[in-house]
Amino acid sequence: MTKKILVLMLALMMVFSLGACGGGGGAAATPTVLSVNIGPEPDSIDPANNESVDGASLLVHGFEGLMKLDSAGVPVPGMASAYKVSDDLLTYTFTLRDGIKWNDGQPITAGQFIYSWQRAVSPDTAAPYGYMFDVVKGYEAAAGGDLTALAAKAIDDKTIEVTLNAPTPYFLELCAFPTYSPVREDVVKDNPAWATDPATYISNGPYKLVTWEHNSYMLYEKNQYYYDLKSLVPDQIKFVLMEDDVAILSAFQNGEISFADTMPNDEIDAYKNKPEFNKAGQLGTYFICFQTQKAPFDNADVRKALSLVIDRNFICEQIGKAGQIPAAAFVPIGLTDIDPAQQFRTVGGDYYSVDPADYEANVKEAQALLAKAGYPGGKGFPKFEYILNESTGHLQIAEALQSMWKEKLGIEATIAQQEWSVFLNTRQNGEYQVARHGWLGDYNDPISFIDMWRTGGGNNDAKWSNPEYDKLVADIKATGDKTVRYTKMHTAESILMDEMPIAPIYYYVDIFLKDPTMTGFYSSPLGYKYFMFAAVPAK
Amino acid sequence: MTRYIIKRTIIVFLTIILISTITFFLMNTVPGGPFLSEKSPSKAVLAMLEEKYGLDKPLLVQYKNYMVALAHGDLGVSLKKKGQPIVAIIVDKFPVSARLGSVAVAIAVIFGIPIGCIAALNRGKWLDNLLMFIATVGIAVPGFVVATSLMIIFGVKLGLLPTFGLNSPLHYILPAFTLAFYPMSYMARLMRSSMLEVLSLDYIRTAKAKGVSQFKMIFKHALRNSLIPVITYLGPLMAYVLTGSFVVEKIFTIPGLGGEFINSITNRDYPMIMGTTIFLATILIFMNFFVDLLYKVVDPRVTLDKE
Repeated sequence: MTKKILVLMLALMMVFSLGACGGGGGAAATPTVLSVNIGPEPDSIDPANNESVDGASLLVHGFEGLMKLDSAGVPVPGMASAYKVSDDLLTYTFTLRDGIKWNDGQPITAGQFIYSWQRAVSPDTAAPYGYMFDVVKGYEAAAGGDLTALAAKAIDDKTIEVTLNAPTPYFLELCAFPTYSPVREDVVKDNPAWATDPATYISNGPYKLVTWEHNSYMLYEKNQYYYDLKSLVPDQIKFVLMEDDVAILSAFQNGEISFADTMPNDEIDAYKNKPEFNKAGQLGTYFICFQTQKAPFDNADVRKALSLVIDRNFICEQIGKAGQIPAAAFVPIGLTDIDPAQQFRTVGGDYYSVDPADYEANVKEAQALLAKAGYPGGKGFPKFEYILNESTGHLQIAEALQSMWKEKLGIEATIAQQEWSVFLNTRQNGEYQVARHGWLGDYNDPISFIDMWRTGGGNNDAKWSNPEYDKLVADIKATGDKTVRYTKMHTAESILMDEMPIAPIYYYVDIFLKDPTMTGFYSSPLGYKYFMFAAVPAK
Repeated sequence: MTRYIIKRTIIVFLTIILISTITFFLMNTVPGGPFLSEKSPSKAVLAMLEEKYGLDKPLLVQYKNYMVALAHGDLGVSLKKKGQPIVAIIVDKFPVSARLGSVAVAIAVIFGIPIGCIAALNRGKWLDNLLMFIATVGIAVPGFVVATSLMIIFGVKLGLLPTFGLNSPLHYILPAFTLAFYPMSYMARLMRSSMLEVLSLDYIRTAKAKGVSQFKMIFKHALRNSLIPVITYLGPLMAYVLTGSFVVEKIFTIPGLGGEFINSITNRDYPMIMGTTIFLATILIFMNFFVDLLYKVVDPRVTLDKE
């Protein structure tokens, strides 16, 4: 036995001494490697199957569509060198760049785009973002299985013609969306695992995936066949796949990564004045959702009362602590209006005041509304349940809401946390009274938010219905007249805010830590991170 | 002995079938589904997906299909990581967890047993109190606290050790110590009480009376018998540690199986839940089996084949 212990001790010492060797030397750094964290292991980096923001950030490095977003978030020609729009704004004709190639050297053709788009729409693929093609004529039939019905055709190897259902001001932006990226039939067909192995992950974007240690890191290097190779900056980009925000922060502090897309909430205060700390707008709103078919929440006055007593400044400053902006409407900041220089939000204005000075007045109005609804001082108001998915941040907000409702309106709410999947199920089935909600836009157009609340819409968890609103949504989607579109979107939003099936709380912001010496980095309004032109000077 | 092994093997298979069945029906009774997300896919898309993965069929038919495939060693493909076979994921992830787990078990044994012995031999003295204090802390403090403390002290403040990944032997130190801390403390306490019990037995007193040296008495006579409870604990410990810890893997960014196990449940990735559960159950059962055999080695008085 003593011998055995001795042997084991020796073995352990060897482990340690090996460790000591491993840490010392490092290879001479010839290629420049940029190490960043944008998220944990992605679920899928197949352009058709991705549904996450971090996955999209990986995809904009690996793939490129007909268009791409520049540092200002404006779509500029990507794989296409030019495009023409017909006078009725319904037909787009794209011409591909000369000599563009996949990262294995094969030429990129118009037909490959058509194949990829049909694949993304196909019911066999069941792509989560397949609906992003619903602006293209024939989408409904194609999504039902008749793929050739999709009105996107390859005129020749270099020309693509797309016909839309209705004028779509954001179509060029859609062409830069990852789901619109091309994939090659011989690569993806018959190999469902093609996007999990660098050897079979053939792509056309600025960078190519060379190593993927699952749950550990992904290494991308410059695609030698990319048409704008000379503009690319880092030789290699290492996406470190981490999930735990404390660990991510440690790695950032250590200098192991130069960029961290998330950080622990309680560290934000300590960081918010440091140069590493960054805050960018994000097209999203955090709100609560009322089940409008269940009493007492079928009464708009009740919903408005519950919304008006929410001290949004308290929630943003004391709980969110990441610079979230108190929301006084549903469509968030960051979306442009008819004049791209102006924000939809600025034009539409606020629907109630979120100025801290007006809070007491809001409370008075809320109390009056509740009395009008038949519950003066909260008397007779049934105890109700507020549901949320498990998360400390959401819980803190729930507790704040609970005490605001109790204190200012005299009504009782209980809080129920549910596991994510159960929560989604409950909310989508309308089996709740009041629920937490959040929504991120898919493109820079307010319809992405307005469309959600039409009667019977798949995401209308409030189960709210208003015929006037439905008509406005239908009109907006059918017209090409920008003035009409935007006017009606503002009208629709004012109906929504008057009926209040939802109570907006704050507009999301995207916070991240970035080495202050990093140059050339940018992020899109949808939160995608672009590192292809980023550099960190050697220290 | 052969009869015993055959009997145990049959029981192993029956247990696995039972566990698979219970897991299958339990997971299907929990609300939610693999294709739910904040932006719910349209009804048509959802129906296509369910048809594609056979989730549209009655539960009993799904169960039958699963068990038939299982009998052929086919665990299906992941619903979340589209297209990846479960077997491939396990084959990919298990070795990572197992390597880290082995180091952790080694640390726990190498430190836990001597600490327990030393404490027992110094019963009631300051050294005993100190060691048992450390061991109590080790049992009481949750893994994520140990992990983050080690990470902050050795990774960030002192900058001595890397904080994520398993790229070099150095990378193993923090996660392995985190994993080992609880079992080491538990083993030390177990070893201490077991050693004290053995030391009070007649045969030790006889050995003492005969003038056997302290060293020989402890290592030759007492240690072996004191090890039995530790070995009992070693079986399930190895099964759990080798198949990975969710917390440690998440904090240190280790591509192991523990994370897959927990995430599969959150994602309602049904084939993945089944695959990881069956795998963990199998390892656990075999480890217990192995421990039973080990008793015989340590203590010849143990008979396995009781009628």
